[in-house]
Amino acid sequence: MSKILEVKDLSIAFETYGGEVQAVRGVEFDLHEQETLAIVGESGSGKSVTAQSLMRLTPMPPGKFTSGSIMFNGENLVDKSDKQMEEIRGRDISMIFQDPMTSLNPTMTVGKQIAEGLIKHQNMSKKAAHNRGVELLKLVGIPNPETRINQYPHQYSGGMRQRAMIAIALACDPKLLIADEPTTALDVTIQAQILDLMREIQKKTGTAIILITHDLGVVANAASRVAVMYGGKIVETGNVDEIFYQPKHPYTWGLLSSMPSLDSKEEELEAIPGSPPDLKDPPKGCPFVTRCPYAMKVCENHMPEYTDVSATQKTACWLLDERAPDVEPPQSARVEGVKTHA
Amino acid sequence: MHSSKEKLLEIKDLKKHFKLDRKNILKAVDGVSFDIYKGETFGLVGESGCGKSTAGRTIMRLYEATEGEVDFYGENVHGKKRKKELKKFNQDMQMIFQDPYASLNPRMTVKDIIAEGLDIHKLAHSRKERMDKVNELLETVGLNSEHGNRYPHEFSGGQRQRIGIARALAVDPKFIVADEPISALDVSIQAQVVNLLKRLQKEHGLTYLFIAHDLSMVKHISDRVGVMYLGKMAEIAPSDDLYAEPLHPYTQALLSAIPISNPEVERSRERIIVEGDVPSPVSPPSGCRFRTRCPFAMESCAKVEPEWQEHTEGHWVACHLYNDKYNQEYKQKQAN
Repeated sequence: MSKILEVKDLSIAFETYGGEVQAVRGVEFDLHEQETLAIVGESGSGKSVTAQSLMRLTPMPPGKFTSGSIMFNGENLVDKSDKQMEEIRGRDISMIFQDPMTSLNPTMTVGKQIAEGLIKHQNMSKKAAHNRGVELLKLVGIPNPETRINQYPHQYSGGMRQRAMIAIALACDPKLLIADEPTTALDVTIQAQILDLMREIQKKTGTAIILITHDLGVVANAASRVAVMYGGKIVETGNVDEIFYQPKHPYTWGLLSSMPSLDSKEEELEAIPGSPPDLKDPPKGCPFVTRCPYAMKVCENHMPEYTDVSATQKTACWLLDERAPDVEPPQSARVEGVKTHA
Repeated sequence: MHSSKEKLLEIKDLKKHFKLDRKNILKAVDGVSFDIYKGETFGLVGESGCGKSTAGRTIMRLYEATEGEVDFYGENVHGKKRKKELKKFNQDMQMIFQDPYASLNPRMTVKDIIAEGLDIHKLAHSRKERMDKVNELLETVGLNSEHGNRYPHEFSGGQRQRIGIARALAVDPKFIVADEPISALDVSIQAQVVNLLKRLQKEHGLTYLFIAHDLSMVKHISDRVGVMYLGKMAEIAPSDDLYAEPLHPYTQALLSAIPISNPEVERSRERIIVEGDVPSPVSPPSGCRFRTRCPFAMESCAKVEPEWQEHTEGHWVACHLYNDKYNQEYKQKQAN
């Protein structure tokens, strides 16, 4: 499978009245065809800014790239002009947003919104675009597509709107689909339908997906690889089994233990104390230092380098340094697989 | 967790209808009955539009009930009331809202937000007492007294939710309706707030009605859980029972739809995926309201509304599959 995206040392800052907010600080990852990369983290961790910057949707100014590159199809997206980006958006990279209510145009029929991209990027006639729209609505599982295509978003239910959004995003067979919390606004039964749909579509079209979410259940269900973000940095990355069964970063441990599980009933949840750092004045060392129960002196002033835990797993934590004490993850952070893991 | 099974609230055939126009009535809550025992947490779950929030608000008399009764300590909450009686109810029942951004007045200091209830119910007799109480409340919810002089916008979502909790606690209530109190918060912060709610329950002997759509969190916090669908109660059971042995097909579908944070389990799991969306509550399906999406639907489901019956002790369900009068048809179908 070929590599389609390579992000290197990406940093993005926002100019605000209160000072410069360094939302993304040196993020690196890559993505192959057929792959689903989940970026997890809490609000303010920089996961949405990272995703939006791939499509250059972050408003600049006040935002700006302070370093790094985004190599997509051999081209650096950071250097593209807005005009050039318009060619790429919707054709090669498209996006599904969290809230289908506000991200669809209420004054246009769903059919017109699907056709927009087809007419612009593939020079289709209106008629051909309409027919392709019906096909796409069928693909995303909307009943009576012939009637539905002429309706407005308000005539759709929440789940159907999200399906329509996916249809719009898929119209031009993008190589990369960015889904920013695609199921957060939906009910669980609808969420299950949408996650199934995304998996099916990936099988059929081979598109790579970047999935932004804070729900570890969704990650376990849909992702093949995971990047955990905290304080504008990726603190741990690996394939999905590594992150759930052998996490090495204390923040990943914290995330795993603060989720209640359906089959156990402990009295107290393991909460991560405190709150995330202020990125106007980012910590010099590890961003998690103030909330980390294992913090050492070195963590305060020096950001740890990535340690290769395996060929696919990388973790930025001083605990993995050979001079650090051996620390076992807490019991509550252990997720047992169906097979036993060594 | 509730050693004595004393009823704090008795909800009898509660209905709340909203008139949309001359012809259409939205039956948000359409006849639900259940009890809430003293000191327990009753979880109420369901998809958006099922009427769970309306039920919570009607129980508190934020909405006037269309029909039915809510008895609090044996006294109906609804119906004609004198101002003084209403005030007493308002003091005993408090609410924590979902959106910590919209539910705090941005023009008031945190101190005044928390003390508003104290002022209305004249619970503080001097300035010093008022200040002491506010400081104590701030500390109880894990903030400090210095925070009292600030405004809501200076706080993060989790901290704001703590302020909302402090405000609810200020008047020393007996019963708190928490309407999706953690849905707007990050995972790591959710756990903090849930732990806080649990601790306060123990310390103050509170009773909670916990409304949420996140079933794993509801299981964690609740003693008993009620599942609502389109304005009706589908199933009520002690939370362990409900998750171990869900009876109603809707509950089964809901539980199987929750993604579990374990990749191998997710890969090997067989899901019951319900088709389609929730029908409109303006014109709900005849008979059983879930029948249009139910994988087990039979003919009688369209004709007769299922009875609300106790299947095993404390485990109530409204489904024809558990009623011998109607489930013959299904059994026959399976036998063939």
